[in-house]
Amino acid sequence: MREVDARGLSCPEPMMLTEEALKADKGAVRVLVSEPHQKMNVEKCAKDHGRKFTSTETDDGFAVEIEPA
Amino acid sequence: MEKEIHLTQFAKHGGCAAKIGPDTLSKVLGRLPKFSDPNLLVGFETSDDAAVYKINDDVAVIQTLDFFTPVVDDPYTFGQVAATNALSDVYAMGGEPKIALNIVCFPENLDPDILGEILRGGADKVREAGAVLVGGHSIQDDVPKYGLSVMGMVHPDKIYKNFGCRKGDVLILTKQLGSGIINTAVKAQMASAESEREAIRVMTTLNKKAKETVQNFTIHACTDVTGFGLLGHCSEMASASDAVIELHVKDIAWMHGAKEYAQMGLIPGGAYRNQRHAAALLDTGDVEEVYVDLVSDPQTSGGLLLAVPESEAGEVLRALERADLGTEVSVVGRVAESGAGAGIRLVQK
Repeated sequence: MREVDARGLSCPEPMMLTEEALKADKGAVRVLVSEPHQKMNVEKCAKDHGRKFTSTETDDGFAVEIEPA
Repeated sequence: MEKEIHLTQFAKHGGCAAKIGPDTLSKVLGRLPKFSDPNLLVGFETSDDAAVYKINDDVAVIQTLDFFTPVVDDPYTFGQVAATNALSDVYAMGGEPKIALNIVCFPENLDPDILGEILRGGADKVREAGAVLVGGHSIQDDVPKYGLSVMGMVHPDKIYKNFGCRKGDVLILTKQLGSGIINTAVKAQMASAESEREAIRVMTTLNKKAKETVQNFTIHACTDVTGFGLLGHCSEMASASDAVIELHVKDIAWMHGAKEYAQMGLIPGGAYRNQRHAAALLDTGDVEEVYVDLVSDPQTSGGLLLAVPESEAGEVLRALERADLGTEVSVVGRVAESGAGAGIRLVQK
C-alpha cells in the first residue's frame, strides 16, 4: 500500500500530497496527518476522487485509509 | 540568478486566516480589566470592528488596527490587501478614514526593495481612501507582516454597530466570498488564473464606495466580513442582536472556483475553527456540506455585511448596483426572528 506521511506539514501540503498520490495510484493509499482539519481535508480530497475511506486516530494524529479506485 | 521570493511561503497562515481563533480570544480578553468612559461609544465588549470615542455632539473618532502575514506573493499587492483590510474597519463603523500609521515586521535578510513595494501598495490604498499616511513603526522579524493603525471620524448618531438587526431585515453583502479557499488553492498551485485574479480584485477593493452608497439609508447593523468568515460574523451579529439569522446559501455570491476547491479539500484550517466556534448557534439543516465549509471560509479584506429593513432593501440593492463597486453584491439571507434567542440557520432552496 502506498503511504503518504504528511505529519508535521501545514495546509495545503497534506491535501496536495494526497491529490498527487490518488492521481498516481489507483490502489489503496494511507495518509498520515497531524491535525484534525488536515484529516478532514484529506477525506474531502478522497471523496472528490470518488474513493471510500476510513479514518482512525493514531498516537500522533490521524490515519486516513483510502480504498482502491 | 536571483531567487524568486514567494512571500506566502514565510507564513503558516496568510491574511485574516492568521487571526487567533475566536474561542481563544474570548477566553483571554475576558480576563482583561473593564474600561469605562462616558464618551466611549463602542468598546471591545461587543466584538465590534473598531473603538469609537465621542469628542462632542458632532464628532466621534474611530480607532482601529489590523495587520497580518502575506496572503499573496507579490509585495505591492500584499501591501494593498493589508491596507484595504485595515481601512475597512473604519467603513464598517460608518466612518471615514483620516490618519493611518504603518505597522511593519520584516526579516533583516530580505531585499529592502520588497518592503518598499509593500509600503507603496499600502500608501496607494491610504491615498485612495482619502486619508493621510503619517508614519509608523517597524521591527525585524522572521515572518513579514504588514498593516495599518487607522483613525477615522464619524458623526456620533451615524455609527454602524455590529448589532441591532431586527426580524425581517435583509442581509446584504457587498463582496463575493471565497478568498480563504482561493488563497489556499493558490498556495497549492491549483487555482485558476481567473480565480486568483478575482480574489485579488476583491481583496484590494476598498469598502469606501459601498459605505458611501448606503450611508443615507437605514442600516440596522453592519460589520465587515473577515477572519471569522460569514458564519462567524453573522454569529456575532446574531448573538449581540438576540436574533436568528437565516443564510440562503444558493443566493450568496461565491468567487469562481471556490466551491470546486472546497470540495477538493483546499480549505484553510481557520474555516474549521470558525465552524467549531459557531457550532452551538448553527443549524445546518439539510444543506450540502460544501456550503457549510464555504460560509465558514475566513475572508481577507471582505465586504460589508449590512442588515437593512426590508422596505429599503430593494432601493439599497439598486443603489449598490448603480455604484458599480467592482465586486459582486448579493442578498445572503435575512433576519428570521428577533428577541427570542440567537441562532444561525442555513437554508438551501
